[in-house]
Amino acid sequence: MALLDIRNLRVEFRTAQGLFPAVDGIDLTVDEGELLGVVGESGSGKSVTMLALMGLLPWTANVTADRMEFAGRDMLSIPPRERRRLTGAEMAMIFQEPMSSLNPCFTVGFQLTEAIKVHQGGTRRQRRDQAAELLQQVGIPSAASRLSAFPHQLSGGMNQRVMIAMAIACNPKLLIADEPTTALDVTIQAQILDLLVQLQRERGMALILITHDMAVVAETARRVNVMYAGQQVETRPVDSLFDNPRHPYTAALLDALPERASGKTRLPTIPGVVPGIADRPGGCLFHPRCRFAQQRCKTNRPELESDRDGRVRCFFPLDRGEPTDWPEDAESRGSAA
Amino acid sequence: MFRFAITRIAVLLPTFIGVTVIAFSLIRLIPGDPVELLAGERGISAERHAKLMQEMGLDRPLHEQYLTFILDVFQGDLGKSIRTKTPVSEEFFALFPATVELSLCALLFAVAIGLPAGVLAGVRRGKVFDHSVMTVSLAGYSMPIFWWGLLLIILFSGTLGWTPVSGRISVMHFIEPITGFMLIDTLLQGNYAAFNSAVRHLILPAVVLGTIPLAVIARQTRSAMIEVLGEDYVRTARAKGLPPWRIVGLHALRNALIPVVTVIGLQVGLLFSGAILTETIFAWPGIGKWLVDSIHRRDYPSVQGGLLLVASTVMIVNLIVDLLYGLINPRIRHAR
Ligand SMILES: Nc1ncnc2c1ncn2[C@@H]1O[C@H](COP(=O)(O)OP(=O)(O)OP(=O)(O)O)[C@@H](O)[C@H]1O
Ligand SMILES: [Mg+2]
Repeated sequence: MALLDIRNLRVEFRTAQGLFPAVDGIDLTVDEGELLGVVGESGSGKSVTMLALMGLLPWTANVTADRMEFAGRDMLSIPPRERRRLTGAEMAMIFQEPMSSLNPCFTVGFQLTEAIKVHQGGTRRQRRDQAAELLQQVGIPSAASRLSAFPHQLSGGMNQRVMIAMAIACNPKLLIADEPTTALDVTIQAQILDLLVQLQRERGMALILITHDMAVVAETARRVNVMYAGQQVETRPVDSLFDNPRHPYTAALLDALPERASGKTRLPTIPGVVPGIADRPGGCLFHPRCRFAQQRCKTNRPELESDRDGRVRCFFPLDRGEPTDWPEDAESRGSAA
Repeated sequence: MFRFAITRIAVLLPTFIGVTVIAFSLIRLIPGDPVELLAGERGISAERHAKLMQEMGLDRPLHEQYLTFILDVFQGDLGKSIRTKTPVSEEFFALFPATVELSLCALLFAVAIGLPAGVLAGVRRGKVFDHSVMTVSLAGYSMPIFWWGLLLIILFSGTLGWTPVSGRISVMHFIEPITGFMLIDTLLQGNYAAFNSAVRHLILPAVVLGTIPLAVIARQTRSAMIEVLGEDYVRTARAKGLPPWRIVGLHALRNALIPVVTVIGLQVGLLFSGAILTETIFAWPGIGKWLVDSIHRRDYPSVQGGLLLVASTVMIVNLIVDLLYGLINPRIRHAR
């Protein structure tokens, strides 16, 4: 049985312009000890999906799902008190902005021991020792003396390490890392990613790594989930996804990787942006930006269909860069923008 | 932190000089002079008037008078009251505890109610409780003090007869001042009947004086709370699975307090100005009432000395608040 099993998750925000489906039918399964990569441009609903699982969305959000189970427990109907016992203990999350994610008024040690205190208890001394050890494990030098530091006295990378220490303090079964390196500079990014992957292996915990960088996914994950405008468009093992992407959006993301653009003078980009609240198109959400869009793509919305080793949401999935199952009268090829 | 304190203190000196100028000149801008008012209805001959003015040094040019005043001030001498011939500082400090007692109780009332109300309104933003708090505090803020005081007197002292109309304590009790704080002195002397009387005298003035600060504190707390509750670190606290009281009462409130403490500090100035009205309404024998009386008699030394002491008190309190601000906000504490 999977550690995490989410079926048909929908999150709608009540906004001034009406209901906005930020997440629209996401399926997500994660096995124990698995490293799942989730990619997608800004605004594709990656964070909202995870916040829904953690129960951290604001009250304007309306969460529904056919199923949302974590470690055999139904997270949709779980009472708040029991949910609090899980969050921070069995499933933990770290965020994009390390500098603002720690409370400026409390020391690193206080915030770290607090997590331990709430879930495990123990004596003050034990908690303090454990906190120092955790800081050491996440690679903070002279860990014990950093316990009395305030977040603003540490760098962004250090703060993210503290966040990681806090998240793994209670040995979670699942760690969600929501773009943990986006706010950091490049050299630190690699260190933090290495640290996360190393901790995941050592502790055998499942890790959901959210990013909009395909290269990061290639280096770390076993399986990838590609999201677009609140929907899942493709999911499959990393190797085959990189080898033969089937959704045009995945293919476009991969084409935009510098490593794969050898010989070209300019990196290909995907024209346009992820549709926001006011401009969700009819039909396939990606069709305005799709090179291969057909008439059918503009009127009908494709379902997420299983194929060889994964699933894809496209009427004409690619095979080696060429669309399959095209209609006979496909003279309209390339007619889309 | 040390440099922070030093710069704060350095700023006070020019402010202090400014206050002496204002205190000195304002009272002299009002028509009439002390001699005229001492003489009263009977009037006074021009020669005698001139002679008395000369005796008091009031015939000299203004800048000379000011110089004498400020030189004396720096020697700790505020002069003698024209009316009573006792040193101004002596009169002031005899009455000061009454005003401090009233102001502290008013502030306590304002914080004890305004802070929790603001926190709860912030947490329940947009709900009925929030709207009620905001409406009531707007009403409280807009209520003129003398009108509000009279309303309460009519209701509680008049109709219901629960509280006395004026004064600090019933005339039946004689309390030898020890600290000057009636609540403390009565307790020190073990006179519980007197304590009871003092409390009942204090309630209405404290409520009246505390109403505007209460409204200000409630609103500031609410908006600070709303802002802080949307911060990333509150989300982190929730992601740790902390109980709600800990998230609101510790992680959020600790940060929300930073602006709120500043606002509470600013209320001290407001309390002193409010005390002047409140003490007049309730015949509360404090600095406010004394200042008003002194102004009526053009008692120049009392007014300028009294104003100076009041302003200094406000400045010192604000300084303490500033330093406190540094203590509760680690980011300032460590800024060199
Ligand atoms: N509280 C909210 N109220 C209304 N809309 C929201 C709210 N939070 C997120 N959204 C919308 O939901 C959509 C998905 O947002 P989300 O933060 O999940 O994107 P993301 O994939 O994590 O992007 P990024 O890479 O920038 O983090 C966006 O269009 C965003 O505007
Ligand atoms: Mg995000």
